[in-house]
Amino acid sequence: MNYGVVSQEQLEKIDEILSEQLIKIGVDCVIIIDMAGNIITAKDNGTSKYDVYSFAALAAGNFATVDAMAKLVGEQEFSLLFHKGTDCNIHFSKIDEELLLITMFGKHISLGFLRLNVVKALEQIRKLWGVK
Amino acid sequence: MSFINLREKIVQVKVVYYGPGRGGKTSNLEYINRKFSKQIQSEMVSLKTHGDRTLFFDFLPFDMGKIKGYELKIQLYTVPGQVKYNATRKLVLKGVDGLVFVADAQEAMREKNIRSLNQLHENLKEYKESIFKIPLVMQYNKVDLRDQGIPILPTAVLEQDLNSKLKVPYFEASALTGYNVPETLKKIISLTVVSVQKKLL
Ligand SMILES: Nc1nc2c(ncn2[C@@H]2O[C@H](COP(=O)(O)OP(=O)(O)OP(=O)(O)O)[C@@H](O)[C@H]2O)c(=O)[nH]1
Ligand SMILES: [Mg+2]
Repeated sequence: MNYGVVSQEQLEKIDEILSEQLIKIGVDCVIIIDMAGNIITAKDNGTSKYDVYSFAALAAGNFATVDAMAKLVGEQEFSLLFHKGTDCNIHFSKIDEELLLITMFGKHISLGFLRLNVVKALEQIRKLWGVK
Repeated sequence: MSFINLREKIVQVKVVYYGPGRGGKTSNLEYINRKFSKQIQSEMVSLKTHGDRTLFFDFLPFDMGKIKGYELKIQLYTVPGQVKYNATRKLVLKGVDGLVFVADAQEAMREKNIRSLNQLHENLKEYKESIFKIPLVMQYNKVDLRDQGIPILPTAVLEQDLNSKLKVPYFEASALTGYNVPETLKKIISLTVVSVQKKLL
């Protein structure tokens, strides 16, 4: 897989998955980034506007830091990365060694329900990437 | 690793300013942020200590406009220069496409420049990158201090110390006055874009 270039077709399919599994259930914003901090794709519900480029740089740094800490204490990785706020929560999950899925959602969605949908989205994206 | 979005026709390229602590990496980005505000759509992000030292990185997205129909976004980063931060320094280097090595031209900093460059060489190897292959520009910073009578290394000495094997483009500069800061940036952008084109297109 050469993730450096993603075809239009792949991106459209990924966007479809993100809309179907996550935006539809009321998530504010979903971003796929690579570990270097580049944005692969970003989707939002039309009302929230984040500075996605800065966000991607910080998110990649945050993930890399936690990952490095996990290795220091002898863990493969910390599988759940979740930041809880009053109005906004952020959930990170790894698609593969190079890619991260980041979801921002409000208080009306429970973490359990979100994770369920994230897992479904991840499965579909991995499949798409696997067959290419 | 640069990233190309074929649908929206956006190319993202990562350029990292590397070098010894207090060498002027953050000052380079601050100058760029002030001088090119039209090309910068978001705030500069700085993760720093109370004493204004870089703790993790600075981040500044720089819009180059369209090249051959593609919108070019240069993501500028700095690393923390302090010796103790090598673990975070490595994290910032992940996926780097081009590098500016900001050396501190003060005589007193001679050893530190060399040590920092050697560590860059080692750090790149961990990502299976080579300092001899990656686009790189040398910047000999703080030359303005010469006017204040502070001993500054002659450029020939800096070239001998840091660039005799690499033989990459170099600039004397002052991140304080902005002297050669835009020239350094333009040079690394053009080298990086050429190398990304070769790799991906
Ligand atoms: N005279 C002079 N001072 C400079 C120049 N560039 C930076 N400085 C000063 O040097 C100090 C350190 O500059 P920074 O830009 O924070 O250095 P840095 O490389 O980001 O340092 P770290 O974040 O610790 O790695 C600051 O006080 C700057 O004002 C220059 O060209 N000339
Ligand atoms: Mg700094």
